[in-house]
Amino acid sequence: MTTPPKSSTAPPDSGVPTIPAVPPQPGKPAPPTPAGPDAVPEAAPPRRTAFAEGVDRLRAAATTEPGRLRIIGALLALLVVGFGAVAAWQMTDRASAADDVLTSSQPLSSDAADIYASLADANTAAASGYLAGPQEKPAMRKRYQDDINTAATKLVTAAANSKAGSESAKTIAELNKLLPTYKGLVETARANNRQGFPVGGAYLRAANETMQQQMLPKAEALYQRENQRLDADYADAKAFPWAAVGLGVAALAALAWAQRRNFLRTNRVLNHGLVTASAASVVVLLWLVVGHTVARAGLNDSYDHGVRSLNVLHDARIASLTARSDENLSLIRRGADTVLVGKNPTDAYAVGYETQIAKLAAKLTRAGSLADDTAGKKPVKDANGFMQAWKDRHGVAQNWNDKGDYQKARDKVIGAGPDPTSVCFDNVDSALRKALVHEQDEFQQAASGGRDALTGLPYGAAVLAVLAAAGAVLGIGRRLSEYR
Amino acid sequence: MNAQRLTQRLRAGLRGWGGVGAMAVVCALALAFVLLLPRAGASGAGGAADSGGRLAHGLQAAVEKKCTNGKYPQDQSLSPSGGNGSTTNVDAIKTRGRLVVGVDTNSYRWGYLNPNNAKGELEGFDIDLAHRIAGDLLGDPGKVTFKAIPTSRRIDAIKDGEVDMVVRTMTITCQRLDDVAFSAPYFKTGQQVLAPKNSTITGYNNTLAGKRVCSALTSTALDNLKADRGHKIPASTDIGTVVPNQLDCLVKLQLGEVDAIVTDSALAASQAAQDPTVELKGGLFTDEYYGVAMKKTSQDLVRQVNRTLENYIKDGGWADSYRTWLHPTMDLDGKKSTSATPPEAHYQ
Repeated sequence: MTTPPKSSTAPPDSGVPTIPAVPPQPGKPAPPTPAGPDAVPEAAPPRRTAFAEGVDRLRAAATTEPGRLRIIGALLALLVVGFGAVAAWQMTDRASAADDVLTSSQPLSSDAADIYASLADANTAAASGYLAGPQEKPAMRKRYQDDINTAATKLVTAAANSKAGSESAKTIAELNKLLPTYKGLVETARANNRQGFPVGGAYLRAANETMQQQMLPKAEALYQRENQRLDADYADAKAFPWAAVGLGVAALAALAWAQRRNFLRTNRVLNHGLVTASAASVVVLLWLVVGHTVARAGLNDSYDHGVRSLNVLHDARIASLTARSDENLSLIRRGADTVLVGKNPTDAYAVGYETQIAKLAAKLTRAGSLADDTAGKKPVKDANGFMQAWKDRHGVAQNWNDKGDYQKARDKVIGAGPDPTSVCFDNVDSALRKALVHEQDEFQQAASGGRDALTGLPYGAAVLAVLAAAGAVLGIGRRLSEYR
Repeated sequence: MNAQRLTQRLRAGLRGWGGVGAMAVVCALALAFVLLLPRAGASGAGGAADSGGRLAHGLQAAVEKKCTNGKYPQDQSLSPSGGNGSTTNVDAIKTRGRLVVGVDTNSYRWGYLNPNNAKGELEGFDIDLAHRIAGDLLGDPGKVTFKAIPTSRRIDAIKDGEVDMVVRTMTITCQRLDDVAFSAPYFKTGQQVLAPKNSTITGYNNTLAGKRVCSALTSTALDNLKADRGHKIPASTDIGTVVPNQLDCLVKLQLGEVDAIVTDSALAASQAAQDPTVELKGGLFTDEYYGVAMKKTSQDLVRQVNRTLENYIKDGGWADSYRTWLHPTMDLDGKKSTSATPPEAHYQ
């Protein structure tokens, strides 16, 4: 800007007459511009800012057609490049958020759900094994061990994916501390039970309390937090790229205007450069809108039919696990823990079982209404049927226990008698697992479909925008060359 | 110039406000003192009320010893020989052919379902007694249906007719006599301290200073601890650990979260039987008696049970059962526990 005022860009009076090939111009035909040269000497004495000088030069340039063309060309190029840049930037954001949904936050949320479920499952297996005592099946023991291992392994993954000092990291550390404590209580319970000491039952109660009151709420909090992260990623991926689309529309409008202006001044219909620029911009804009709409649809689908179903099914599974451990504990503690229902002291675990079964029924109904295809509906329907059978059989066992036929009740619950509740629970659990796998697949498909719709968009937008800008510059340059 | 004057004036004004503020602070402090002093007084008064409560409790303890009718609660059962000859309730059980007894299935050595008992039968001192009652009543000790009932449902289960009787380490108290009828006492017990063998605690005394003591929620033990702290036992005793069930105290003791447990000597013995490293410390510091609870209207049944108890004690059945279940943990160092002798029956 500190260059001397007169440069090649401002040939105010020489330009128009020397170049003859221009068709008649209806607008302002080469304004006289007497003020220009007169103004320069007058404005010289006071020191002027570079900006003011620049404005003046621009104003001076705007008075001639080549000057105007240069400005228009520069603006068009800027607008189109800006459009491309914003489109690339916004779509990179969305594509990476969509990728996070698929490869990071949903798997983490699923991991957190697994921690939650395997802890609940371990607690159920511990209670079942305790109740069965010497009749405990090796499979039950293994299940407990596997659950503990799964929880420990997934805690490590979750820790690796959480920021140091974050709430999640704190929760994970607390869970890591509680897990061995819990295990110690369960093993002590087992050892005492082997000797026939009822204090084993008190240990199991302490273990159950540690699990239900400390570990599961923490695991649930972790799960909720991962879900929030998932929701945030969803929101990021689904946010409509308004800035890019707005700029695109503006760029197209400017291109259209430039071409109309060109047509009015020269009567030429097509300017190759400008047409290329317009076409490229239209492609970017359409790609942007269509690509994002498709991606959005895929993500919406993955949320509605995947994530939502998964959440409900996870809840149902936890309810079924808790109901099962309560069913066992009620026979282990045999009335040692009571809660008041109205004014009547009632066995705490019998009450717990009823609450959890009711919750399971509610969640299954919800899961049934969320499932959108037969493959998804079937396992939920099965689980519901098994749950009904479980309730019936539990009623029989409960009745026996109330009548004092403890042994028969226990056999029915642990699976040593005919038509045991253990089978019903196992069936509910495997049906729920099946439903979870199905919904996880649905999620995976829909979400990857959504993510793939954005593939190449950022790069494509950038390349096409550069192309469009080049077109605009060349198109204007073509016109400009007519003035030389 | 003008602005300067303005700021000066403002500053002066603020200084004025500062004075007012300081005065306000002083006033607030004075007010706080005035308001807080009676509060401190109130807490002092609360302390006094506490000691009043202790006194009241002492009186109550005396009342517990003798009911409003001037008799000990355990001495109010019906003589086996009395009655008007009506045997409605006994006949009803005979017709049914089974005696329904409410028991605990979690009290080791009293009423317990041993997981290693292949037949899945309950065992313990209370269970032996229930079998004996059924044997005398129905001619077959096996004709009993045991129902596990929680401690808090014992009285309701009798009132609702859910069970014929409750044999479940149930203490005879005046208050309970309002709701149910008791047999003659069949076991003498009382509150006792349980602690690790190597502990410095020797009983319900000064050795509890600074120790953490566990008791069960709504138990006599907790009432006693509250009343005796700073009195029979040092004020430094920490009695803050309260659990839902007395057995949970043993868990806390084993995990090192408490130093001692206070509970019924019978239940303390049951706990000691599950852990060879703990033992009963000192003697009983209260006198309580267990009785078989029945419906208030089942007078014939009460007399029948009392007859059984007399025979049970006379023919050595009681002593056998005691030797099997309780002797190993209750009679320490060759010394007979006060519980080792069956209590004498005094009928009303």
